[in-house]
Amino acid sequence: MKKQFDLGYYLSEGFHSIFTHGLMSFAAVFMIVACLLIMGSFSLVALNLENKLGDLERDNEFLAFVDESYSREQALALQSQLEALPNVASVSFTTKEEAKANYADQFAGDKNAGLYADLPDEVFRDRYSVHMTDISRIQETMDGVSAVPGIVNLQAAPEVAQGFVMVRNVATGVALILIALLLLISLFIIYNTIKLGTFTRREEIAIMKMCGATNGFVRGPFIFEGMILGLAGAVCAFFLQWGIYTLIAQAISTGQTIQLLTIIPFQSIALRVLGIFSVTGLVVGTGGSVLAIRKFLQV
Amino acid sequence: MIRLLDIQKTYDNGTKALKGVSMRIDDGEFAFLVGPSGSGKSTIIKLITGEVQPSGGRIMVNGYNLGSIRPNQVPYMRRTLGVIFQDFRLIEKKTVWENLTFAMRAVGASPREVRKRIPYVLDLVGLARKGSRYPTQLSGGEQQRVAIARALVNNPQMIIADEPTGNLDPQRSLEIMLLLEKINELGTTMLVVTHEKELVNRFSKRVIAIENGRIISDETGGYYNNEETI
Repeated sequence: MKKQFDLGYYLSEGFHSIFTHGLMSFAAVFMIVACLLIMGSFSLVALNLENKLGDLERDNEFLAFVDESYSREQALALQSQLEALPNVASVSFTTKEEAKANYADQFAGDKNAGLYADLPDEVFRDRYSVHMTDISRIQETMDGVSAVPGIVNLQAAPEVAQGFVMVRNVATGVALILIALLLLISLFIIYNTIKLGTFTRREEIAIMKMCGATNGFVRGPFIFEGMILGLAGAVCAFFLQWGIYTLIAQAISTGQTIQLLTIIPFQSIALRVLGIFSVTGLVVGTGGSVLAIRKFLQV
Repeated sequence: MIRLLDIQKTYDNGTKALKGVSMRIDDGEFAFLVGPSGSGKSTIIKLITGEVQPSGGRIMVNGYNLGSIRPNQVPYMRRTLGVIFQDFRLIEKKTVWENLTFAMRAVGASPREVRKRIPYVLDLVGLARKGSRYPTQLSGGEQQRVAIARALVNNPQMIIADEPTGNLDPQRSLEIMLLLEKINELGTTMLVVTHEKELVNRFSKRVIAIENGRIISDETGGYYNNEETI
C-alpha cells in the first residue's frame, strides 16, 4: 500500500464536491470568469494601443526645417548631428524642390492645380523627416532637434501620440487595479467554496486521518476542486473573451469614426490569452484551496 | 505493542486528565480499559492515536516514539492502529463496500488490493452479503460490525475500540465482543475501552482500571468492580 498520489480519486472527489455545492461552485466560476474577462479586456485594449503606438512610431515623423540661409552642403551636414540625438531612429533629407513637388502632387486633381504648380521654390525650405524610436518621448526629441544650430522650425503633432500613450497608461493602470481587486475577490470566493466543502466533509476527513491518510492525500481532492473551478472559469472566460473581442473588432472595422484603430486578430493572440487565463485560474483556484484546507488538517 | 511511561496530561483549561499513568500492552494481548466517565480513558485513546500530546512522560506505539515523532510520520503510525467508535462514524451516503474502500484508498491501496481484501473482512465480521447496503439500512449491531471491518481492513497491528457497545442492546453487545475476541485470536492486539461491568466480567481478560487520572488496578483475568453505571 505505497501509492499515495491517486489522480482518479482526487478528480472524482473534486468533481463530486463541485456538484454537491453547485451554487457556490457556480459563484466561484462566475467570479473567475468576470475577473478574467475584465483583466483580459483591459489587457487587450492595452495590447492594441501598444500595437497602435508601434505603428505610430513607425509612421509618425515630425519635420525639422533648415535655416534658409544654409547652403545645400551645410543643410546636408546636419544629418549626422540629428542622427546622433537620443531617441532618433532615422532622418531623411528632402530638398525644397522635392517638397514643392510633393505639395503640388497633393493637389494634382484639383481644379486650381496650376496655382500650386507655379509656386516658387523659395516658398519652401529644405527639411528633415525625423523618425523616433519611442513615440512617448516626442517632446524631448523635438527639444533636442530644435537645439541643433541650423534647425529653425519644427512641424509635429505630439498630441496624437501623447493621447495614445495616455490612454494606454490609463488602461494599464485601471487594469492592474481591477485585476488585483477581482483576483482577491475570486480567491475569497474559492476559499469559501472549498471551506464549505471541507466543513461538509469534516467527518470524512477525520475518518481518513484516523485511518492514516497523509495530509497530501486529504488535501488532494480540495486542491483539485479548486483547480477544476479555476480552469473551468478560465475556459469559459476565454471563449467569452473571444466572442466579445470579435464583436468589438467587427464594430470598429465597419465604424466610420474609429477606423484609425487597427485591431489585432484574436486568432493571433488566442493561445497567449488562453495560457494566461489558464495559469491565472489555476493559481487562484489552487491558492484558495490551500488557504481553506490548512486548518482542517490539524486532526 | 503500546507502552505508556509516567504519562501526565493537563489540558489548556487546566484539567489534569492523567497523573502519571504507566502501562504496557504487548502484541496479541486483549485488554479492557475501564473506569467511570471523566476518569481519563478517552485521553489515553487520544494520546495513543496521536490526537493530543502528553504534558509529560513517554509513549511508544507499535515502534513509534510519540514524543519525538515527526508530524509527517503520524499517518504511518496510525496505519498500525484500527479505531472503533461508539457512534460507528460510518459515512451514510456510502455503501458498506464504499465505506471500506474509502478507508483503504485513504492509505493508498490499489483497486486490486481493495477487491481482494474487502470480501475477506466482510466475511470475517459476518456481513458478506451486505456490502451493497447503506449504513442506514443496517441495524446498530450490523453498523458496528461495519465499523469493525473498517478498522480491520488495513490490517492493523492493534485495534482500539472506544465504547464499542455503548449504543447496542446486551445481545448485540455480546456478539460484538465475541467478534472482537475472534479477531484477537487471529493475532490482532485489542484494547477495548468500556464501562460495561457485566460484559467485562464475562470475558475474564486483562482489565486495566483507571480513576481520576491514575491506574488503580491492572489484573489479567480481573474483574471490573466499579459501582458506577452509565
